[in-house]
Amino acid sequence: MKISYTRIFPGRFDSLAHIAEFVIQAAECAGLDDRETYALQLAVDEACSNIIQHAYGGEDQGEIECTYHITDTGLTVMLRDYGRPFDPSAIPDPEMPTDLDTCTGGGLGLYFMRQLMDEVHFEFTPDSGNILTMTKRKETD
Amino acid sequence: MQVTTDQFKRCNLVTVTGRIDSNTTPQLFKVFDSIIAENRFKIVFDMGGVEFISSAGLRVLINTQKTCKRWNRGELVLANVTQKIYQVMDLAGFISMFKFYDSVVEAVGNF
Repeated sequence: MKISYTRIFPGRFDSLAHIAEFVIQAAECAGLDDRETYALQLAVDEACSNIIQHAYGGEDQGEIECTYHITDTGLTVMLRDYGRPFDPSAIPDPEMPTDLDTCTGGGLGLYFMRQLMDEVHFEFTPDSGNILTMTKRKETD
Repeated sequence: MQVTTDQFKRCNLVTVTGRIDSNTTPQLFKVFDSIIAENRFKIVFDMGGVEFISSAGLRVLINTQKTCKRWNRGELVLANVTQKIYQVMDLAGFISMFKFYDSVVEAVGNF
């Protein structure tokens, strides 16, 4: 069984709730449990917020193409934008804060994506845009 | 996201339902900021109705906590945090930055 669906959302922060609805529905179809669905929702939200803020440099500068593939083992979400590419390997995980004074609360977006998803893959091409592919597998009983 | 605020003698209560994401975070920041602007630094945040919070929302909590705790004048405490959100805060290393309460009554009683 393989089901795929694509929707294009305007690169605006008020799209985030609609993108969440779209992926939550997909997660339910894929049979992910509540915890896996929340993890997926958070990873996708962080990715899309980064696209709007960093790749496009603000709202209304471009679109976010969101595609999901439901497979027997879980769900893959692909996000495509045409903004500025970046080097994900150059962005380290944030240091765990030891106290409030030194805690910045920054740099968590990519860290959450890496921690919460089973696979995270970036591809940057001049013609096809920036493609982020993230997979969440169902926990096997 | 819906926000309601209440002022008690010793603290203020902020109650949110819905999503705290990059779209709604500025609204939440303004709510905390307006309480702080009245020189009130003891705040209970009831998160029982929060369906979702992103890193942008968590950053607002951290920054509000820093402002409230300055010169020991107060604190932001959290009530009714759901397990899913608690797990994400744990992943971020934020658990030790806040007191967590199972009810608003207990949280208000802290002050």
